[in-house]
Amino acid sequence: MNVLELKNISKSYGAIQALRDVSLAIEPGEVVGLMGDNGAGKSTLVKVIAGNFAPSSGDILISDQKTVFHKPLDAQKAGIEVVYQDLAICNNMTAASNVFLGREPTRKIGPIKIVDYAFMRKRSAELFARLKSETRPRDLVHRMSGGQRQAVAIARTLLSDAKIVLMDEPTAAISVRQVAEVLNLIRQLSDHGIAVVLISHRMPDVFEVAHKVVVLRRGELVADKKASDSSPEEITGLITGAIETA
Amino acid sequence: MSDPTLADAINRSQHHGLIARITSQQIFWVFMAAVFACLALTILTDSFATERNLFNVTRNFAFVGIIALGMTAVIASGGIDLSVGSTLVISAMTVSVIMSAGMPFWVGCLAALSVSMLVGAINGVLIAYAKMPPFVVTLGMLSIARSLAMVLSDNKMIYEFGPDHDFLLWLGGGATFGLPHPLIILIILAVITAFAFRQLRWGQHLFAIGGNENAAVLTGIPVARIKVSVYMFSGLMAGIAGVLEVGWLGGVTTNLGQAMELTVIAAAVIGGANLAGGGGTAFGAVIGALLIEVIRNSLILLGISTFWQGTFVGAFIVIAVAFDRFRQEKT
Ligand SMILES: Nc1ncnc2c1ncn2[C@@H]1O[C@H](COP(=O)(O)OP(=O)(O)OP(=O)(O)O)[C@@H](O)[C@H]1O
Ligand SMILES: [Mg+2]
Repeated sequence: MNVLELKNISKSYGAIQALRDVSLAIEPGEVVGLMGDNGAGKSTLVKVIAGNFAPSSGDILISDQKTVFHKPLDAQKAGIEVVYQDLAICNNMTAASNVFLGREPTRKIGPIKIVDYAFMRKRSAELFARLKSETRPRDLVHRMSGGQRQAVAIARTLLSDAKIVLMDEPTAAISVRQVAEVLNLIRQLSDHGIAVVLISHRMPDVFEVAHKVVVLRRGELVADKKASDSSPEEITGLITGAIETA
Repeated sequence: MSDPTLADAINRSQHHGLIARITSQQIFWVFMAAVFACLALTILTDSFATERNLFNVTRNFAFVGIIALGMTAVIASGGIDLSVGSTLVISAMTVSVIMSAGMPFWVGCLAALSVSMLVGAINGVLIAYAKMPPFVVTLGMLSIARSLAMVLSDNKMIYEFGPDHDFLLWLGGGATFGLPHPLIILIILAVITAFAFRQLRWGQHLFAIGGNENAAVLTGIPVARIKVSVYMFSGLMAGIAGVLEVGWLGGVTTNLGQAMELTVIAAAVIGGANLAGGGGTAFGAVIGALLIEVIRNSLILLGISTFWQGTFVGAFIVIAVAFDRFRQEKT
């Protein structure tokens, strides 16, 4: 069974064709490295999957069921979560508050519903433990490392029963040690049966975690290979066009 | 809890030690400054620590404090409300005109608070839905609301308040258990505001919007609705202060609350509200208002010209923001 299947997805912005006939299948727990040059269509593909906009043509199948997303909330309900490039995190709030942002649990005191901080802290501590992250629920995000901030953003995706987590350039602007932390988080998700689509320009990161590598070039999917059957050299060739397809 | 390491993670925080935690708060230093100023005045003058003077100080600061609660909510959500002084006068005028026409207090009060919230709602809708800058919208409202108050009263002074005349004066000018009523109301409102900031989803959401509006949108927080409610809250606080101030003064003219927005913003900012959004507390707003009133009072008692007041208030805003900057650089 595939958690997600794309069939002949095309997307154009007016005259610009950003995606052309892209087909792709992803299994539970699979980590997919999505690579391509600037403007190849990676972000566009992620946005189509996340329901930010509908494809111009083609089908999306979730757990082998044909699905249409009208808005991001539809995709979220279907188990698709996005870790945004800027992480969508509030620095002035605690890790626990950030994990539950917009979905704060409440308990009733008489007619008044108050935020259930105890539950938020307990649940987010469990999620951080599951991610094997050192992040503490009461800490302000403002003082956290890049890796801990990633953990907060990823813990948020675990709150709802995510099947797929889409990550757009999570390792772009953080230190080497923190990259290792993020890659660990991705492995944890995969171990829990959650598929991850990882967009990255960093070849070593992709080869370290990805089960398979997918290459987009000018909107077309030119490779869909097991990472173990490929090499950074081959992928580089595919990205630049030195190698036609694989 | 069964898992000791998990329990540990839940309860641990970055702050070590109570003293380090308290002294890292701007509000602590502001409070100390206020206490120090009071002590100095008690020693330097024989007029400060008199019952009468203290009564005046507490009552005066209550009006600024009440409005500063609303201002703190607005600033914490990343906005600013320059129209509070004008909202105060339009509320004061509404209650006065209605009561002097022979209506009971509750009718006038209800109308005044409704008008104040309407002013806030208009601000909020223009800011949240039409996406206009808060500075511009509330600056426009500053002018409009005061002008409407003049139209409403024909710019005359009102000092007869119909059948509930005595009640209104008792409410704004009287005291219970030795505490001036405006102070009692400030305390009640501060407790409610602190509760709302900390315990309600409304509070979580408004601080999230101030911290990172983009994140608030992406996580599905109803940003526009919350913003409107925040400006309505600010309007309501200014409206309550307006009704009370009429009762205290025993009469109202249309220059009431002029330039008050600056004092209120100063109180909020001194109390720790972050002009960049995302920070502020109800307690801070009260302490900030207190410090400003103590300083104002000391200028009078020490025989320094009241022309200096503006210099102090302005300098305080700048110093408070500088303090905040400095603290951020350090961490
Ligand atoms: N909102 C938009 N309107 C019009 N054209 C767009 C829009 N977003 C992307 N494009 C175009 O679509 C193409 C694919 O863009 P996309 O952002 O998907 O690339 P990318 O692979 O994510 O690139 P990068 O590595 O720079 O993030 C580009 O030519 C881009 O200019
Ligand atoms: Mg991109």
